[in-house]
Amino acid sequence: MFDFTEEELNRYSRHILLQDVGVEGQEKIREGRVLIVGAGGLGAPVAMYLAAAGVGTIGIVDGDVVDLSNLQRQIIHTTPDVDKWKVESAKETINAINPHVKVETHREFLMADNALDLVKEYDFVVDGTDNFPVKFLINDACVMAGKPFSHGGILRFEGQTFTHVPGSACYRCMFKSPPPPGAVPTCSQAGVLGAIAGMLGTIQAAETLKYLTGVGELLTNKLLTFNAKTMDFRKISVKKTDKCPICGTNPTVTKLIDYEQAACDLHK
Amino acid sequence: MAKIYVNGDEQEVQLPATVADLIQQNNVAQPDMVSVQVNEEFVDREEFATLQLNEGDEVDFLYFMGGGGGFTI
Repeated sequence: MFDFTEEELNRYSRHILLQDVGVEGQEKIREGRVLIVGAGGLGAPVAMYLAAAGVGTIGIVDGDVVDLSNLQRQIIHTTPDVDKWKVESAKETINAINPHVKVETHREFLMADNALDLVKEYDFVVDGTDNFPVKFLINDACVMAGKPFSHGGILRFEGQTFTHVPGSACYRCMFKSPPPPGAVPTCSQAGVLGAIAGMLGTIQAAETLKYLTGVGELLTNKLLTFNAKTMDFRKISVKKTDKCPICGTNPTVTKLIDYEQAACDLHK
Repeated sequence: MAKIYVNGDEQEVQLPATVADLIQQNNVAQPDMVSVQVNEEFVDREEFATLQLNEGDEVDFLYFMGGGGGFTI
């Protein structure tokens, strides 16, 4: 029933050896359709590990081009890729890692008018974005569409992530609405240690593979935070709240919103 | 003095104290941006100044963390 070639069986042998995964799990990974929003610091390791893992279809949304200052952490892009579209550069790397993966490039930014249509096409969504308006948009679109997603955020030496599945706590359960533009710094304002993106992105990739294969316990109703200065990791239990503006009993957010973002975060 | 757990660490707090007092005592940067859980229940911002803490309460401060992508200035 599984039509893996000898080459694929060899390529994925370390997965197949895992009792929890096996050929059946590898087939689920191959059938998986994952949307990665942002081919940046987080999206890079997520896309590379999911490609290596053999996720059948990877969609990437990004309307930006590669900048020299990205290369400190966005390891899917290399020096000759500067000024290329990020989705194209990412696709080339994914194809080089694993030609079995189908890459769907969406050369645009996620906005209120395209978010629902995009997330509906996929089984799982990964937030690899760097700004609050889009983080809230991903949350809202996924909650509305009933799609699971992995949230990720990094800043300076710290990171935080959680996984949402329908019915579990969402981003708005924890943070009701985005901070006012400029109130909370982003990486482009405050900086980030490049390897932090890898630390958090690989956690998101692992959550995606756990979701696709059904192995283990997801980071649902948990917010995992870490500080690389001390290497303290903490898993905070969080609960879905009835007062949540989108998944609560009386939602006030009933359509997708393009929030304003800090002027200094706007591209060029 | 009462023992209260703040982000998992034990702290001595003089009661009575509200969530707002605890935010102040912990020198939370941007207190108007922090999300607060007491015993795993989120507290409305409007209740920070009135919600009284009790011995043994577990309080979590959650901060916005917005980076991850690749915009350039």
